[in-house]
Amino acid sequence: MSAIHSKINPRSDDFEENRKAMQALVEDLEAKVAAIKQGGGDKARDKHLSRGKLLPRDRVRMLLDPGSPFLEFSQLAAHGMYDANIAAGGVITGIGRVAGRECVIVVNDATVKGGTYYPITVKKHVRAQEIADQNNLPCIYLVDSGGANLPNQDEVFPDRDHFGRIFYNQANMSAKGIPQIAVVMGSCTAGGAYVPAMSDESVIVKGTGTIFLGGPPLVKAATGEEVSAEDLGGADVHSRTSGVTDHYAQDDTHALSIARKIVGTLNRPKQVSLEVSEPREPLYDPSELYGVIPADSRKPFDVREVIARIVDGSEFDEFKQLYGTTLVCGFAKLWGYPVGIVANNGILFSESALKGAHFVELCSQRGIPLVFLQNITGFMVGQKYESGGIAKDGAKLVTAVATTNVPKFTVVIGGSFGAGNYGMCGRAYSPRFMWMWPNARISVMGGEQAASVLAQVKQDGMEARGESWSEEEREAFMNPIRAQYEHQGHPYYASARLWDDGIIDPADTRTTLGLGISAALNAPIEPTKFGIFRM
Amino acid sequence: MFEKILIANRGEIACRVIETAQSMGIATVAVYSDADCGAKHVALADEAVHIGPAPVRESYLLGERIIEAAKQTGAQAIHPGYGFLSENAGFADLCAKNDLIFIGPPADAIRAMGSKSQAKEIMDKAGVPLVPGYHGDNQDPDFLAAEADKMGYPVLIKASLGGGGKGMRLVEKAADFAASLESCKREAVNAFGDDHVLVERFVTRPRHIEMQVFADSHGQAVHLFERDCSVQRRHQKVLEEAPAPGMNEELRAEMGKAATDAALAIGYQGAGTVEFIVETSEDGVPGAFFFMEMNTRLQVEHPVTEMITGEDLVAWQLKVASGMPLPKAQSEITCTGHALEARLYAEDPANDFLPAIGRLHHFKTPNAIARIDSGVRAGDEVSMHYDPMIAKVITHGADRSEAIRRMVRALEQTEVAGLVTNRDFLKKAAGHPAFGSGLLDTSFIEKYETDLLPNEGEGASVHDLAFAALALLRQRDRQARSEADHSADPWSPWGRTDNWRLNDTSNTDIRLQPMGASEPVMVHAEIDGQDYHFRIADEVLSFAAVREEGLDLTAQVNGVKAKRAVHLRESALTVIGADRTQRLTLIDPMAAAGEEEGGSGRMTAPMPGKITAVKVNAGESVEEGQALMVVEAMKMEHTIAAPHDGVVAEVRFAVGDQVAEGDELISFEEV
Repeated sequence: MSAIHSKINPRSDDFEENRKAMQALVEDLEAKVAAIKQGGGDKARDKHLSRGKLLPRDRVRMLLDPGSPFLEFSQLAAHGMYDANIAAGGVITGIGRVAGRECVIVVNDATVKGGTYYPITVKKHVRAQEIADQNNLPCIYLVDSGGANLPNQDEVFPDRDHFGRIFYNQANMSAKGIPQIAVVMGSCTAGGAYVPAMSDESVIVKGTGTIFLGGPPLVKAATGEEVSAEDLGGADVHSRTSGVTDHYAQDDTHALSIARKIVGTLNRPKQVSLEVSEPREPLYDPSELYGVIPADSRKPFDVREVIARIVDGSEFDEFKQLYGTTLVCGFAKLWGYPVGIVANNGILFSESALKGAHFVELCSQRGIPLVFLQNITGFMVGQKYESGGIAKDGAKLVTAVATTNVPKFTVVIGGSFGAGNYGMCGRAYSPRFMWMWPNARISVMGGEQAASVLAQVKQDGMEARGESWSEEEREAFMNPIRAQYEHQGHPYYASARLWDDGIIDPADTRTTLGLGISAALNAPIEPTKFGIFRM
Repeated sequence: MFEKILIANRGEIACRVIETAQSMGIATVAVYSDADCGAKHVALADEAVHIGPAPVRESYLLGERIIEAAKQTGAQAIHPGYGFLSENAGFADLCAKNDLIFIGPPADAIRAMGSKSQAKEIMDKAGVPLVPGYHGDNQDPDFLAAEADKMGYPVLIKASLGGGGKGMRLVEKAADFAASLESCKREAVNAFGDDHVLVERFVTRPRHIEMQVFADSHGQAVHLFERDCSVQRRHQKVLEEAPAPGMNEELRAEMGKAATDAALAIGYQGAGTVEFIVETSEDGVPGAFFFMEMNTRLQVEHPVTEMITGEDLVAWQLKVASGMPLPKAQSEITCTGHALEARLYAEDPANDFLPAIGRLHHFKTPNAIARIDSGVRAGDEVSMHYDPMIAKVITHGADRSEAIRRMVRALEQTEVAGLVTNRDFLKKAAGHPAFGSGLLDTSFIEKYETDLLPNEGEGASVHDLAFAALALLRQRDRQARSEADHSADPWSPWGRTDNWRLNDTSNTDIRLQPMGASEPVMVHAEIDGQDYHFRIADEVLSFAAVREEGLDLTAQVNGVKAKRAVHLRESALTVIGADRTQRLTLIDPMAAAGEEEGGSGRMTAPMPGKITAVKVNAGESVEEGQALMVVEAMKMEHTIAAPHDGVVAEVRFAVGDQVAEGDELISFEEV
């Protein structure tokens, strides 16, 4: 393989300016994540601890193998969406190693509104299950939740992807042989009671774990029966009498050690169908990505400079280097795994779309995972291109990306606009994971374009009515549109709504992708059957 | 000269004898018990014969069995080493009866010196000065008390057949005499099968100075200068040296003559040591000396004599025993420089020097600046059946201060893990200004105890804690690496062990509990590529340029080079620095999860031993502090007392049972 030669000068003023800009974005992200990691605040944490319970992130740490990474999903879930602080959406999800194998872990944070399910909590829980399903990863649920958030019941209960989907997924994953393990470390009320009940194997903690369809207040209202939570659905009831749980734990630590033992008995060795080699660090320090990405998002940059700071040895075997040059395709190794990289280097033309479709076919044929580096304003527009059939060429790329069965990973490193998002494996194309850099933007088109289009439409209408507007009036019309797009296209806004699996520090791209690819290899790579390519 | 000899001993002395014999072209036969089948002395010897189970009474003390082994292998002579059968006249007779040469003095000489009272009578007649005392046969307690009153207090009561500090009682005042006499007799019966005691006046500011003598079968005797063994702890030697500080030629000649006279008086042959108690002036000059006893064997501390004379005393023993004359005349024996010996023991100074039995997981000694006489290797067991000495560290210098400097450095570079040792104690003793001054008497250790014993309030140093954490992190990494090597995804980033977190630092909290501390200390470790930052309370130690070689870890810690050896075994860590050996326990709540809570009444054996008394029955109510059981270990009695008021639920062992360290002896219910 041949190494990319970087043309970046890390001592230039531009580099330094870029670096500072990205540094500020990363620091803001880290500060937000640090605050989110505090959960529901000091008071709620103290109350939680006073009951002899471990904090949710400590539960994660102790469940995992010592020192194991934890690839957390959507840390910014619910960020800015509700009046209340729903840190991480009230549920911590991610992948970590337990007893030597990668597992999806779903942990209710009872310090956040008692761990109740807001709409975004449900979405995050279901997304974690989707990751487990797609990547064939055992699920461990550390349950400590009051169930559905009642004021938001209309957005939590009835629809296809609402609360009921959690149990549907448990049943169907269990049917596929994907282990479902629940550890009851707090309340499991009403619908929540089904999490342990639907699991293959479950653990309950003495004194704090309870499972019931109706809690003591509901029982009293319904039948007049007065009963304590412990007598109604505590560890003794469920481990000795009802059989809802299989293991009786003395405390949280004990429960987690039992969960680890259960995972140790799963007997599902990982099979890897890739030719894996020993990883090598890139020739160029990944932290230089800060200086590579222009602080001004309108300035172009060579995406090979990004690839050089992500892949093993900065080595990249480019495919059709001289054709359709606005899309860079090629093979590399990432953390020792062979990958095919599809990266934007400008606007998409017919040739670039055809090249991309061809390359996706190659990777599918060879069973090589695909990594998409998105920085796309869209497909080329204009009479020449429409008549040249750019729509059908774009469709070929979209078809290939949509129907390939190799694992796909998408990182939005810049703009993600319009149909470019689709061709480059946006969220709708079910990449196994999708991450955004803090400088990224995502919307149907750029804020400036949207404002111009809407202003043009309005102006056309006014002109038809014989009216006109001043340049100031036009600007006053466009500004709120620009602001709306800037707000809604911001990665925090996107990540809060789970349009991605998280915002990552560019310097962590290599590790994050490596973790994602390794996790994805738990599922066999199936052969691909493409749809019809419009010729 | 012999062609083949048998060594009726084990441990370092067996190894020592084998090495000299082999260098002289003499074949060697070792004997061993069940506990020693893999021991170093067995490995070194040309042949080895199994002689019985681990307890010494069933193996190393079985004269008949050893004679049989010698006959079986065709050995011509038996070297008894020290201890065991070395001063057993019956065994010397048995050798003679079987046409085997006993490498030691004639049986009569052993017999004469074996009983202290008899020895003193002989010495008295030979004109060797004695400490005032009663050495007679009248054992009536009242009579002995009256004798003690006559000599004046303090007095010492000693078992007539005793030695090595066992069966001795110092009595400060008349009121304590009766009780001390009784306990001394009880110990004497247990240890030597005879409760005969003698009473002596106790000499103040006394020094223990002994003369090494050698006599041959041609009626010649020489001395090889003196050794000073004043640094003792409860009559057990700790540091030994030669020559004695403050010794002058005149006194040396006088003591040497007394010693050789003593040897000649009893027809002695071979190596022997005449021990004197020497009164010392305040400025450290030895004066009047009194005969204490004669040890009719090669002493543990003989190497210091070898270092100053350049002679091999074992070679001398072999030559003399084979009938050759002494290799050198008195005038040819010279003294060069100064030598020190420190006895490295598996014992816990923080816990009243209780023997600390166990496996020697790591053992590294400095061989360049010290001579190390040892009978164990890394991986060997220091068992409850035998003396828990690990090694003798011996240094030599042009003068005393050089010998001391080398000793201090040598001890700093001695690394032992797996069991507790007196290394730090020895280092502090050897480096103590009062020891350096040479103003010594046998109360040195008692006097400076607070300087020498581990300081309880001291706590673990942040460096020790950080190095321990570093070792744990690297071990975790190695373990993950080796597991990954056997997996289908060998280089997976999931095999990282740095607690990688998205948008956060990679950090790990490690809880370490210093031995003796009640609370664990939290070490917050941040892994930064190849570097590490450890935060302990408010202090941050940044480790760069970390290098690992075996157990040795070196790093630039906040810019200054630092080094520790860290031994890790399960949750036990030993951090060995130049000054201190810090033992730590890794507190891992997950490892302890699910185990029943400690409970209120666990009474466990403090060390391996044998139950000698059970004083309660199940169901009995007991009060706090009440003695419940007695465990005998290393010839010392340990009383197991009730930790608080309660009821005995179950007595798990009976008299005569062997117990391992940590065995629950009695289960206990709180009231």
